[in-house]
Amino acid sequence: MAKITIADLEKIREESRRTLVLREGAGRAKITVHMGTCGIAAGARDIMSAVLKEVEERELSDIIVTNSGCAGLCSKEPMITVELVNFPAPVKYIEMTPGKIKQIFDSHIMKEQIVKEYALAIGSEMTH
Amino acid sequence: MNDISLHILDVSENSIQAGAKNLEIFIVEDTKKDILTLEIFDDGKGMDEEILKKVESPFETSRTTRKVGLGIPFLKEAAESCGGTMVISSAKGKGTKVKATFKYSHIDRKPLGDIAETLVALILRAEKTEILYLHKKNGKEFIFRTRELKRQLGVQNLKKVNLLNSLKEIIKHKISEIQ
Repeated sequence: MAKITIADLEKIREESRRTLVLREGAGRAKITVHMGTCGIAAGARDIMSAVLKEVEERELSDIIVTNSGCAGLCSKEPMITVELVNFPAPVKYIEMTPGKIKQIFDSHIMKEQIVKEYALAIGSEMTH
Repeated sequence: MNDISLHILDVSENSIQAGAKNLEIFIVEDTKKDILTLEIFDDGKGMDEEILKKVESPFETSRTTRKVGLGIPFLKEAAESCGGTMVISSAKGKGTKVKATFKYSHIDRKPLGDIAETLVALILRAEKTEILYLHKKNGKEFIFRTRELKRQLGVQNLKKVNLLNSLKEIIKHKISEIQ
């Protein structure tokens, strides 16, 4: 039976030593990818991969990546919410593509400047 | 949804929302019998008969952000459009089971898609849910358990970006080995 082997574990261990654990409340920024049915159908999983790729390539250790359900604005999916620790409110970005994700990292995550052209609004929906 | 792995991600979202502690995903590809079976089990809050009767309708959801729920109807449509079936069973307080079958060789059967991406997305989503993934194809199988991986790595959680990216590659490779 194929399963994760000792050699695989070593590789994973090696990789995971390179970054800190992404724990709730421990990061400088938190990125939430909305993954309801609407988001997934619109390509949210690829957006999540793009976010993970940016975090890894930029060697950022203080970013929390997570995903959540439907944000209630299905026609604008895929959407992400970006929260910075010292920012007053979360920013919701709409109609995301991997290219737009890169721009959001360049500007919002790295320079704390909102990418206004892709932003829907400042604020957040109730999740529960 | 373009492929089965996206349906898995979508339907599993319901399990996580239902507070599942354990999520089990089984895939069996049997090319001799010409059938692909997908089963998703959870031990979340479950549904009573009344809700269960309505859940296959797109106009039913327990969510409050919008009034229609399409995840289960989408999966049902994907299965039935290629000579398969979808059955959902549930008991309040016990959990839910979704089983879908697909005629393997049917021209309209969606491809399996990228399971590794789906598993990583679920790990990121599900802080408190342990995932078991079992994939069989013509006698070969691949098994993955988050609980076991955490124990082997000696970590409390798997939400590290480098770890997830390398795990994704390993799972992709393991699944390609049973194909």
